[in-house]
Amino acid sequence: MSILLRTEKLKKYFGLVSAADHIDLEIEEGVLTSIIGPNGAGKTTLINLLTGNIFPDSGKVFFKEEEITDLPIHERVKKGICRSFQIMNIFPKLTVFENVLIPIFALMNKSLNFYKLIDDHLDAKQKAEHLLNEIGLIDKKNLTAGILSHGDQRLLEIGLAMAPEPELLFLDEPTAGMNPVERIKVLENIRKLSKEKRSTFVIIEHDMDIVFSLSDRIVVLHRGQIIADGTPEDIKKNEEVKKVYLGEEIFWQKR
Amino acid sequence: MIEKLLFQTLIGLSFSMYLWLLAAGLTLVFGVLGVLNFAHGSLFMLGAYATFTFYGKLGLNFWLSIFLSLLCVGGIGVILECLFFRRIYHIDLPYQLILTFGFILIFDDLVKMVWGGVAMIPPMPRFFEGNFNILGRPFPYYNIFIICAGIGVALLLWMILEKTWWGRMIRASASDREMASAIGINIPILFTNVFVFAAMLAALGGALGTPVRVVAPGIGTAMIIQAFVITVIGGLGNLKGAFVGAIIVGILTSYGILLFPIFELFIIFVVMAIVLMVKPQGLFGK
Amino acid sequence: MKRIKFFLLLALVIFLFSLPAFSGKYILYITIHILILSVFALGFNLLLGYTGLLSFGQAGFFAMGAYACAKILLILPSLLLGTMTGMIAGALAAFLLGFLCVRHTRIYFSMLTLSFGMMIYSLAWKWREVTGGDDGLVGIPRAPLEIPGVLSINMNPMGNYYYYVLVISLVAIYLLYRLIHSPFGLTLKGIRESESRVAYAGISVRHYRLLSFTIAGLYAGLAGSFLPPLENTVTPPIAHWTHSAEPVMVTLLGGIHTFSGPIVGSIVFYIIKDIIVRYTQYWLIWFGAIIVFLVLVFRGGIVIFLIERIWSFMNRR
Repeated sequence: MSILLRTEKLKKYFGLVSAADHIDLEIEEGVLTSIIGPNGAGKTTLINLLTGNIFPDSGKVFFKEEEITDLPIHERVKKGICRSFQIMNIFPKLTVFENVLIPIFALMNKSLNFYKLIDDHLDAKQKAEHLLNEIGLIDKKNLTAGILSHGDQRLLEIGLAMAPEPELLFLDEPTAGMNPVERIKVLENIRKLSKEKRSTFVIIEHDMDIVFSLSDRIVVLHRGQIIADGTPEDIKKNEEVKKVYLGEEIFWQKR
Repeated sequence: MIEKLLFQTLIGLSFSMYLWLLAAGLTLVFGVLGVLNFAHGSLFMLGAYATFTFYGKLGLNFWLSIFLSLLCVGGIGVILECLFFRRIYHIDLPYQLILTFGFILIFDDLVKMVWGGVAMIPPMPRFFEGNFNILGRPFPYYNIFIICAGIGVALLLWMILEKTWWGRMIRASASDREMASAIGINIPILFTNVFVFAAMLAALGGALGTPVRVVAPGIGTAMIIQAFVITVIGGLGNLKGAFVGAIIVGILTSYGILLFPIFELFIIFVVMAIVLMVKPQGLFGK
Repeated sequence: MKRIKFFLLLALVIFLFSLPAFSGKYILYITIHILILSVFALGFNLLLGYTGLLSFGQAGFFAMGAYACAKILLILPSLLLGTMTGMIAGALAAFLLGFLCVRHTRIYFSMLTLSFGMMIYSLAWKWREVTGGDDGLVGIPRAPLEIPGVLSINMNPMGNYYYYVLVISLVAIYLLYRLIHSPFGLTLKGIRESESRVAYAGISVRHYRLLSFTIAGLYAGLAGSFLPPLENTVTPPIAHWTHSAEPVMVTLLGGIHTFSGPIVGSIVFYIIKDIIVRYTQYWLIWFGAIIVFLVLVFRGGIVIFLIERIWSFMNRR
């Protein structure tokens, strides 16, 4: 198993608060990893640092042994990293179909094509339909994204993150606000895609059911530091983690 | 040569004060209300026309004329804010800018309708007639007055914002509108206050300029460009930055007029471009 | 709905082509101005309606196109050359200035474009040796349309020049239409909606904004290049920010989020201006008032308003 992503002593301060404190992390290809931790632990900051939304104060990030620490977002995407957002980030006034076409055109390097009408790009349209089928939004493809239900918008959000066919995909609380049925759908999708080894998933989640049933590996963050890292079994037995989640002991009693 | 430059610096400094009065209101409105008012220059122009009318045409006392002009433009400010600007705080930026742009057209033509399109200059108040001899050249007393007035306004603003209760409310609302509202600050009234205050600052600039500068349609808008540059250099919403920026722009403009008359506007734009590249939030911005 | 649109469009084009048969010089003159403003405003709206960038300096590029065309025509009277030079001048100026403007957030972008527009204005006004200062350039010939060895058409009759402008404008409009409905156009719309999401699609937002800005500059330059042969002079006011206000106004009038908005707005603008000017010389007040009214009441513009009305009316049946 090769190492896809590696960080070296990653540090990020917001004022006096260290959101990322000397983080050394490795993401292995094909290993579905979950990042958990109490609120404010620095999970989203970590993803922001790894995907290029913000830049570290010190430390380095390597993707497939190539340094990407200062690379802007779009270049990281071209290298094979993508993410979904915790707060919805879709194109509200465009249709669902148009939403996914944008990253698909970019993937096929056709975004600069200014003469051929979109309707005539059959290959891109096919890819878009295939993607929408996978995430279950195909029958809503001509609806304006902004009027979709919350759950469907989150599905679209995930779809947009998957569209560039990244090798490494970060999902920031993908099931937030979804009902149980939708959650299961997303779960199955992620499990299937991860098995097909098309993308390596790294997920931030609060739902411990999902975390424990889905993950091959769990990383626990607290106050910007990694306090535990291992298989679900290891984490369940970890005293540090239990202390940190003191108020949420109830979650640990399941399975 | 050095004398020429030094003298030009003084001229630039007095020009800076008009720019400061204009930019102060502009940046204040942006910082607190979040609106970039393109029509701010029109308020400057209206101040000039009002003073011209009271002092130049009706022969009233110079200071009284200025005071009345401030009242008039303040009144216009109330109407503008309550009837129009209040409704655009929450709409998309392009529409906000376009609306304020519409007002420029209205005021420019309005002024032509009422006063005609001809440029005018009222007489200099007797008190200020005459020149100081600086470096062997005549430097009008009036210009010295302007410089003092500008610095005075700067100190006054600083005192108001830092030391008074009203100033504290303004600073609170500028940094967090919702929080300010939650602790009981009446935001709508505060906004009107600030807008009117800014309008009066602009009008003061126009009014003070009447004895030495031309009163004509478009004089405010001609300077609004430089006012924008000043707010960019100083940082949007930052009064200290606006003061420093105004001095920089005023002096550079007067150097430009002396040394590179064709490209005088270019100099300040180059400075603006550099500031934007090096510190995009402005010299004093955050 | 689509078929109706197509036939309406066809009727309009046929009407435009047959105009010289039953109209005098004045109508053709006004129509040319409407075409110029339409092309100008369409470029502007590529920036605003589709990329989400409000530029107050487009008149600067219009002026670059006009002055460049004028200078060429004074040396080498070939209409085609003048038009092409104008386009390139507008595009080049936009590309160079764009570098500085597009890296900034929207307010700064608008302020920067206003500033650059006025910079060009002040150049036009002060650089006597090159631009003729506030007298401008005069004696510009309405050069013949010449392709050496193939054809040479005299452009002095208003009808001929009208056809020249009409054909090129229609081609330009058609190309822009295709662009809007191409992957590039879609990506621009994405930038308007959510820049970060577009970045996460692997697109360099800055590059696309620059491209959009350059194309808008090209269209402004093209529109500008039609002016010198028409009026035989070029003067600085065409670079002034009040001229930058025209595409803003007409796009707002016609509708920011529709393709034909700027065109409809241009037509309405000239009609209204024609009417207002008969009663008073102070037509800018009315325009300012119309803008204020439109912003406060109809954010979508007249085209959307009418479309929605007609659509709901037709659906009722």
